[in-house]
Amino acid sequence: MQMNKRKTLGMTAYLLFILVPIYWLLNMSFKRNDEILGALTLWPNDFTFDNYITIFSDPSWYMGYVNSMIYVSMNMAITLVVALPAAYAFSRYKFVGDKHLFFWLLTNRMAPPAVFLLPFFQLYSSVGLFDTHIAVALAHCLFTVPLAVWILEGFISGVPREVDETAFIDGYSFPRFFIRIFLPMIRSGIGVTAFFCFMFSWVELLLAKTLTSVEAKPIAAIMTRTVGAAGIDWGLLSAAGILTIVPGILVIWFVRNHVAKGFALGRV
Amino acid sequence: MSLDLKNLGYEVEGEKYLTDVNLKLEPGSFNVLLGRTLAGKTSLMRLIAGLDRPTAGSIYMDGIDVTNIAVQKRNISMVYQQFINYPNLTVRENIASPLIIAKTKASEITRRVNETAAILQIEPFLDRYPLELSGGQQQRTSMARALVKDASIILFDEPLVNLDYKLREELRSELRDLFKERNAIAVYATTEPNEAMALGGVTTLLHEGRVIQTGLSTKVYRNPINIEAAKLFSEPAINLIPGRLSQNEVTFDDSVHFPLDDDLSKIPPGNYVFGVLPSHIGLVPNHDDDLEITMRMQLAEISGSETYMHVVNDHFNLVLQLSGVISYHIGDSIKVYLPTHKLFVFDQAGNTIQTPSQRIRGN
Repeated sequence: MQMNKRKTLGMTAYLLFILVPIYWLLNMSFKRNDEILGALTLWPNDFTFDNYITIFSDPSWYMGYVNSMIYVSMNMAITLVVALPAAYAFSRYKFVGDKHLFFWLLTNRMAPPAVFLLPFFQLYSSVGLFDTHIAVALAHCLFTVPLAVWILEGFISGVPREVDETAFIDGYSFPRFFIRIFLPMIRSGIGVTAFFCFMFSWVELLLAKTLTSVEAKPIAAIMTRTVGAAGIDWGLLSAAGILTIVPGILVIWFVRNHVAKGFALGRV
Repeated sequence: MSLDLKNLGYEVEGEKYLTDVNLKLEPGSFNVLLGRTLAGKTSLMRLIAGLDRPTAGSIYMDGIDVTNIAVQKRNISMVYQQFINYPNLTVRENIASPLIIAKTKASEITRRVNETAAILQIEPFLDRYPLELSGGQQQRTSMARALVKDASIILFDEPLVNLDYKLREELRSELRDLFKERNAIAVYATTEPNEAMALGGVTTLLHEGRVIQTGLSTKVYRNPINIEAAKLFSEPAINLIPGRLSQNEVTFDDSVHFPLDDDLSKIPPGNYVFGVLPSHIGLVPNHDDDLEITMRMQLAEISGSETYMHVVNDHFNLVLQLSGVISYHIGDSIKVYLPTHKLFVFDQAGNTIQTPSQRIRGN
């Protein structure tokens, strides 16, 4: 009993500790700037939705979210389309250098995105991809595709090869088997992979910021440029911050039961 | 449809899985591939199915070379040891899937799925998903999918191994009945001699990637071509005792002697290996020419309602297959009776010289 109480206490303290910054952000997003800068209040004295209204009514704000969502979705789609066949091949076939290639894929993740900043910037500028959604999506693919191949390979290897063979014996052609039988079997893996792509692409700032200027500017970039003549608009920034967290929470909620397996690259 | 395998060989990265396999499977025949693990049973089935390409030889169906024809076009079906179904389709959709691919009419599909499900007794589960069923029902589902299309060749790769004993017996006898009216070639791989005997038909003995012997199950059982065949087709394995045959007697390891009978005297004198089936040795004499040997009790292995009794003396050991559960103290001295008229005789190279059944015919 004593032990249980202590556990509960520890757990509560821990939760409070990690939730305080998020609560503070939420708290600030409902305050006016003078209150934020004025006194320490645990609850907004003058509760207001103004900050949120500004974001949802001003295109220079909400287009940031739209841009981010567009290139994140593009990235997820491209990654899955590329990684699924690759992971299938790594799982099912033997070919020269397959093991080396498979490991080499993961080494791509070892370089920080900043390394690729210059080549991407120069290349995209010269081929006219600069400031487009697809530019950011493609740049992010360099990091998401290797991870996706690794995760999906784990999930695919969990499906017995005999299922594939049975389908071929039954007369299924490969594309039909892949779409009708195989994809539904690894759907949780696909969900987890999409989640990891989202995690990377939604949070990544450096590449997204550098490769865009106006048309495809992500929300994170907009947030860093809110220092106006009147100083920093704290309340507005907090509201934007809250709205940036929400999609992440939603996505995590959908894949919560499979995420652990994804972290283990599908090998549980 | 007949199936003709000619000089089939299969090797992967220098490792030989099959060597020079020649087999002719007749339409409507039930063929059992009997061999230990790694004997090449699965490899051979995969070649027949077209899942792998042989590295030597060719496969003919009705005289047409199909060696390089894709698996989708071979009109075969296969049941694996693992329960393989499509987990995201219901049992009904699972069974119907080969028919849907073949663009069969909807009414025809319904009729055949129901019919097959009825035979395999899975009608009540048609709308469930395979993973909601027991192992036996899952395997019935995959069997139904294999049987629903009119495949010319149906391959069973140890389909009953992962099932419990009772269910195995039940499914095995059903399986045999299912093939009575069909004109398809059934190929059934197993490691168990008893299963091969129960299924009947033609048995092919595989050992280390080679075919040792092929023929009607009972014939192969009674007349194994060599020691390896005799060992493969007996469970527990046949007892082998090295011995010498002279002008008037047989000597086992200089310790046990018995006079020749009419049949044994036809064999030229020399060194031989004598075989006797564990079920033929008894604890009481039941024939005049039974040989009494005093042995020491070593181990009693109880298998179902049978006891496998391992006994030793200073020169050789024997296994007895006795009915009923019998217990003895280890180290006890017991007398066993070995029927000399039921001996297999092999030469030093392992080839069969004489089998008990040949003697019966001889008399």
